[in-house]
Parts: sequence; C-alpha cells; structure tokens
Amino acid sequence: MNEQSRGSTPRTLTFEIFRFNPEDPESKPHTQIFELEEEPFMSLYIALNRIREQFDPSLQFDFTCRESICGACGMIVNGRPALGCKTLTNNLPEHITLFPLPVFKLVGDLSVDTGTWFRQMVERTEAWIHPDKDFDGNATEEKMSDELSQAIYEGDRCIECGCCIAACGVANVDPEFLGAAGLNRVARFIVDPRDKRTDSEWFEIVAGEQGVFACFGMMACEDICPKDLPLLEVNAYLRRKMLASRFAASNS
Amino acid sequence: MSTQIVSTDVLVIGGGLAGERCAIEAATAGHEVLILSLVPPRRSHSCAAQGGMQAALGNCVMADGDSPDLHFLDTVRGSDWGADQEVARIFADEAPLAVRELAHFGVPWTRVKGGRNQHFIKGEKVEIDEHEDTDGLIMHRDFGGTAKWRACYAAAATGHAALYAVDSQVARLGIEVRDRTEAVALIHDGENCLGAVVRCLRTGTHFAVIAKATVIATGGYGRIYGQYTTNAVINEGTGASIALDTGIVPLGNMEAIQFHPTTLAPSGILVTEGCRGDGGYLLDRDLNRFMVEAEPEKQELASRDVVCRHMMQVIRDGKGVNASFGPHLWLDIRHLGEEHVTTKLREVFEICQNFVGLHPAHDLIPVRPTQHYSMGGIRVNKDGEAYNMSGLFAAGEAACWDMHGFNRLGGNSLAETLVAGRIVGMRVADYVSGWSGDVNTSTALEGVAAAEKRSRDWLEREGSGPGVYEIRDKMGEIMLHKVGIFRHGDELAEAVSELRELAEQTDSAVLKSKAPGMNPELTFALRLKGMLKLALCVATGALAREESRGAHHRSDFPKRDDHKWLNRTLARWSPGDDEPTLNYEPVGLIDLPPGSRGYGGAESIDMSISIGEHNDAVIQGQTAAGRRDTLDRMGSRLRPGEWSDAQHGLENQ
Repeated sequence: MNEQSRGSTPRTLTFEIFRFNPEDPESKPHTQIFELEEEPFMSLYIALNRIREQFDPSLQFDFTCRESICGACGMIVNGRPALGCKTLTNNLPEHITLFPLPVFKLVGDLSVDTGTWFRQMVERTEAWIHPDKDFDGNATEEKMSDELSQAIYEGDRCIECGCCIAACGVANVDPEFLGAAGLNRVARFIVDPRDKRTDSEWFEIVAGEQGVFACFGMMACEDICPKDLPLLEVNAYLRRKMLASRFAASNS
Repeated sequence: MSTQIVSTDVLVIGGGLAGERCAIEAATAGHEVLILSLVPPRRSHSCAAQGGMQAALGNCVMADGDSPDLHFLDTVRGSDWGADQEVARIFADEAPLAVRELAHFGVPWTRVKGGRNQHFIKGEKVEIDEHEDTDGLIMHRDFGGTAKWRACYAAAATGHAALYAVDSQVARLGIEVRDRTEAVALIHDGENCLGAVVRCLRTGTHFAVIAKATVIATGGYGRIYGQYTTNAVINEGTGASIALDTGIVPLGNMEAIQFHPTTLAPSGILVTEGCRGDGGYLLDRDLNRFMVEAEPEKQELASRDVVCRHMMQVIRDGKGVNASFGPHLWLDIRHLGEEHVTTKLREVFEICQNFVGLHPAHDLIPVRPTQHYSMGGIRVNKDGEAYNMSGLFAAGEAACWDMHGFNRLGGNSLAETLVAGRIVGMRVADYVSGWSGDVNTSTALEGVAAAEKRSRDWLEREGSGPGVYEIRDKMGEIMLHKVGIFRHGDELAEAVSELRELAEQTDSAVLKSKAPGMNPELTFALRLKGMLKLALCVATGALAREESRGAHHRSDFPKRDDHKWLNRTLARWSPGDDEPTLNYEPVGLIDLPPGSRGYGGAESIDMSISIGEHNDAVIQGQTAAGRRDTLDRMGSRLRPGEWSDAQHGLENQ
C-alpha cells in the first residue's frame, strides 16, 4: 500500500507497456513508456484508456465489464497476473510495467486470445452437465439443499480470466495442461449431482498427463486468483477423489 | 486476396444469453448455426446481471399465491401500459420454464431453506418460517414493482451463472463461435436479409457470412450515454445500428431508456436492486430514508423509473451528498449484517471493496442513478421477426419485442433473454426449414467492398478535424444532461440540434492512429456514426412524445396521455437523411385496461375510445407499420381477463 498516493500532491506514474502488433510487418516487440498523473481510485482501466485516448490510440487492450465479473482484462502487472479493472494504482509503485498474459496467443500489445483456450478446455473436459434424463418443462425443479447449491456456486464463480493459467509454471511449459481454471471447472461438475458421470469417467478427464497430477504444487494460482477461489483445496479434493476411485477400482 | 465468404443456415450476431439460447434452439432442430461475438461469449454483458431472474414459481412463503397472472399484471403496470400485452403474457407464462431449464443446465440457484429465516422487510426485521416441504426448491428474493417475491437468483451473480450454463450447452452442441468479430452491415436486397458483412477484430479484415436467417442479439446501446452507464464498454449498439442502416427496418420506442437507481458513484458500476430487495435503504445527506415518505406503499421497491425520479428530486432539492464528481446519495445495507452481505450479496461486497475500498456491512455506499437499459430496439413481432424484412430476427435487449414498454422491471430482462431466445429460436428453425431463396454472392461482395471502403476512408482522411473520443464524450454529456431522467422540450430540442452537429463533425473527424490490423481507434470510429444515429432516435423520439410514461418523463407534459400516446414510436432512417423519420403504431392488444400503477402517483389522461375500438384497429395499424404475419394469429396467447381472479386474491389479502 502506498500511503503517499493519498497525499495532496498527486504522483506522476510511469507506465512501461509491452508493444507488438502482429498485423504490422514493421512492428517489433518492445516496451514503451507513458507518464500519467495519478487520480483517486484510478484503476488500470481508467489509466489505460487515458493513455490510449491522450497519447497513443493504437494501444490494444481488453476490457468489457470493467467491474471484475467478465474476466476480459487479465494482464501482467509488475510481474503478477491481475485483472486490470480492479487493480488500483494506489496499490502500486510509481513505475508500473504491463505485459500481456503468457500461454495465450497474443492478439496485440496487452490483448490475448483467452476465448480459444477456454473453449477447447470446455470441449476437452466436456464441461457441461451430463444428465440422465431429458428436460421436462412441465415438472417442478428437482430439489437441492441450499448448502449443496452454494458449494456448486463456489466453484462456478470462476470468470475464466486466465490469470491462474498465466501464473502456472506447468501451463507455461505445456499449454495443454488443464490448469487451475480447468481443474476447478471439472470439480464444479463433479460436486454437482445433476452431472451423472461416473468416477472412472472423471478419472479419464482429470488424472491424465495434463490433469491434476501434472501440477507441481507451486500454487501461484491460488495466490493470484482475482476471485479468491480456493484452488488449493480444489486441487487436493481432485487428487483425493482420483486416488480413492483408483483404489476402489483396484479393490473390486 | 479474394474475399472470404462463409455460409451457414443461421447467423446469430451476439453471444450473450439471448443469442446463445436462440442458437441452441436452432441447432437442436438440426440447422447449422454460426455465432459472432465481439468478445468470447462468456464475457458478454449478460454476465453482469446480478440480482435475479423473474419467474412466478411461488416457492417461498413471501411468494405464496404467485402466478404468471400476477407476473403479467406487474409487468404491464411496470411498463406504464407501454408493453405489448400479448408478449408480456407469453413471457410471464414461459418464464418458470426458463428458470427450470437453467436448473437442468446446471445453474446453482439459491434454494429455499425450510424453517426459520431472517429477512428485512420495509425496514423491519422479520422472521419467516419456510415450510419444510418446500426445502430445496428455487428461492425468491424481492425486487422492485412486484406483488410477490419472484426473483430467482444465484447469490448476486445470476447472469454469470446463467451465461456459463447456456454457453456450456453451446459447446455441447458443437456450435461454432467466432469471437472478436463484429457485424458491420446486413446483407439484404431490400426485402430479404441474407446475412452480414463482418469485420474481424483480430486483423481488421472483412468477410461475408451468407445465411438463410439472421438474428441480432447484440444487447443494449448504453454507451451512447458515454461514461454515464452501467453497460459494458462493448455496448455500443452496432446491432441496432446495422438494422437502422437498412433504411426500412424500424427501431421501436427508442426514447424509452431506463436509469438504474443504485450505481456506484462515480464509476457507474451497477449495485444490484437485490440490495433493496433484501431490505437495503436509500438515504439522503441527513441519513433520512426519503423513499418512505415519497412512496409509503412500495418505499425503496417502487419501480426503477419512480425511484430514480425521487432520487433526482432529492438531489435537486439540495439534499444530496456533495463530492468532487457531483452529488450522490447513500445506499445502506449495513443492517443486513456481515454474513448476508458477504454471501447473498457477495458480488456487491467485492465491488465495494475493489472500487471504492469500503465494506458495505460497515460503510454506506455512494450511489446515483445512471443509464442502465434500453427498452427500445429493433421492432419485432411476437415471433421475433423484424418489421419489413424477411429473414431478419432479433431477441433480448437489442429487440423491442416489446414486454417492457416504458419501464422494465428488475429481473425481467434476464428472464426475457431466455424466454425470447427459445421462442425466436423455434421460429428461426422453422423459417430456415421452409427457406427456398437464392444465394446471391454479388450483394455480399458489394457489402464487403463498401465496408472496406469505409475503413479506408477513415484511415486516409487527413486534416484538422476533431477526434473520435472527443465527439463521444460530447455525446455522453448531451445525452445525460438533456435526454436523461427529467426531460423538457427545450432541452430535447437543443439535444437534437447538438447531436446533429456532432454527426456532421464525425464526417470530418480524423484518426490519430493509422496502425494496420484491428486498430482500436478505427474500430471505435466505425461505430461512432451509428451511435450518434441511435442517440438521435432517442432524442427525437423523446422530443416528439409529449407525455410522461414510465422512464420517459417530460416535466413540460407530466401526465401519461392514453388519449394521444397509447402507441409505440417507430424510427426509420432513410439513406441520406440527417434525422430519423418517426411514425407510430398501436401499442398492441389491450387486456389489462390502463389505470394506476400503484406507485409513482402520476396523473393520466384517459383513452377517448373503448378498449374494443382500440383493439379492432391494432392489426391494421401494425400491419401498415410493417409487422410481418405471425405463425399464430394476433392475440392467440392473450387469455383475456384470466388475471382477474389472481388480482382479486391479491386485493383480499
């Protein structure tokens, strides 16, 4: 926390931003410096738009909701993945470096293609409910305890911003690794009784070479998750679940 | 390089809830579907819906006796009789199915807990005993303008949970989604829509999609209010714009713009109505609960238009809290307690922590009304087909279907996306099955060439003209201050002439960046003229409508006028014109006669003809306006008068 930023003289912030436009044959990856006077409650959303509109309108970055629910604005802020919209400059030093998230394909400058990565993750893990019957529009909904519903909701809160993937030592080496976001998504369906997949089906999805056992346990994912998801617990839950199902299978 | 042409059965423009639900229906019927989206679909603005989705399941004690009849009545009253009542009927009848279908898709709805539950109702702490046999059913919370607790919710992330569930079905069905693409023009021959010209937002190149049916589901256009909106930065209205650009498809009721009472000051980030639904208060500078006196019956839970006007009046009377960015009021949810605030309103807690550094269980939340929702949009019939053009459909906020009239009730839009998405999807599937047109690629190629020329013109234009962001900021100020919550003929006339000037300036505006590729400045510049046209539709419609109805409040015409204005504005934009052409169609068949809303306290001027006479003229009036024939005859879903028992039951409670 930088207390000076709350004082009467506003700080001058120096932004060092990664630049590369793959569509421009003359563009080479480099960083560019911009200076901006700090304002109260200045987020990176406000700062980057100001830089684009006042200094360099070619600067590419992604924001959608600007209220930390859509997950569009993951970026590397002073070496750590974070959501730009909820990162306030008064929590940062005067020199701020911004890089695009690694692992994902670069679109340009700070903009990366998370959509393709997450869609293939969803397809690979079949991250949708596998029910045992068709929807009956005339029937009352099936009951579920509020506690269970809240437990599913807890896992459902992931906004697929990609910060945990960018922070992951394994995902940076093997882009096929499911990563914390992928594993959390699968766990969300495992705890949901509406999904009727069996333990051995889950094992196929989660326990393979790019699944939960590929994790080194460095746990940067949990440290940086902008939604404070309990990713460590999710990882432990999946490992326990996979081991238990394997033991059960070998004993039977 | 030859122009790429992609073919599909159904083109859905927009990857939010309405578009995706529609796509699911068409794909399930066996048609090939392509979804275009500005962003990965899970980042669509649907994800920002917080508090709930209205459906009359009647599961908890405070929802006891609820029914689609009551939901229909609340919706029509909320609309200030501006809604198409048959559409409101279809909606209320089908909303329960939509909520239950989402449960089937995996949405973790908050559930009823049998036994003692504590709530705040009208400022009082109340204990409610939920029946044990309802334990585990989908729970409801209170929202504004409803007779019963009706909003189904997943904490305060209902839109997020719904969008992820629906998008998971899109993936299950293998529906192709092209994200980072933008439809920049419709391909049409003056009668039939044949697809769209698309710009890729990765490379800046154009391609054509030829489709038998095209669905516009691009959401709202709140960004015509500049920064003064809760809407995501992508809500710049290209969907409505490209329909308007056809010159023949009308936009309905564009002057019907909703402001949301509680958005975080100054950023305009939404703070859900669920805060007030769960018992939160609005306070002025002196910490006085002004809504109790203003609306003794509904208090903080009157409809949004009414609450916004009271808030603005309090600020005008000098009782706002002064801040460097202007006056605001307070939202107080401290009494709900830490546990409630951090679980059932978790997203509100996070927003307050992240963006203003306060804890809503201990601190007051600074709020003020901000643009939130567009009731108007592409005018469609009850099947979702656009007026005057075959093969073009619209659903969700982009459409004027029109169940919201002049004020939408909180939680009704989330429900609309799924109900309309399904109904329109069925109609689209049916339309494609019976399709027997010609695929003419030359129209598509001309469209691509024209779009490429527009981009090139922007990049090549030099000179000392204004910048595009400067024009955008001016537009936002005009819209907030002159086409806002309180409107007046003099200010609206100024707004129209100033917006026309800005539209003219846009033709000489100059880009600072000529960067190849998607070029964010060019991407915005290509939308700017369309945004100004939409803003002009709003302002001219508001100037012409000399009455006050729902969110459209004219201080120079404070009464609702059912004699002259029980109708819907239709705005078309003929090529070469610098203003839209307005005409009017009958509002639709009337079942619930116009009367008092039960809040707001406004006076009205009565209809001068009987309801029978009005209804007799509806079909002819709407057909003349371009309405296409529906599969079932008009009025087939209305069930006239069937709400009267529910209404009496409510009165006898």
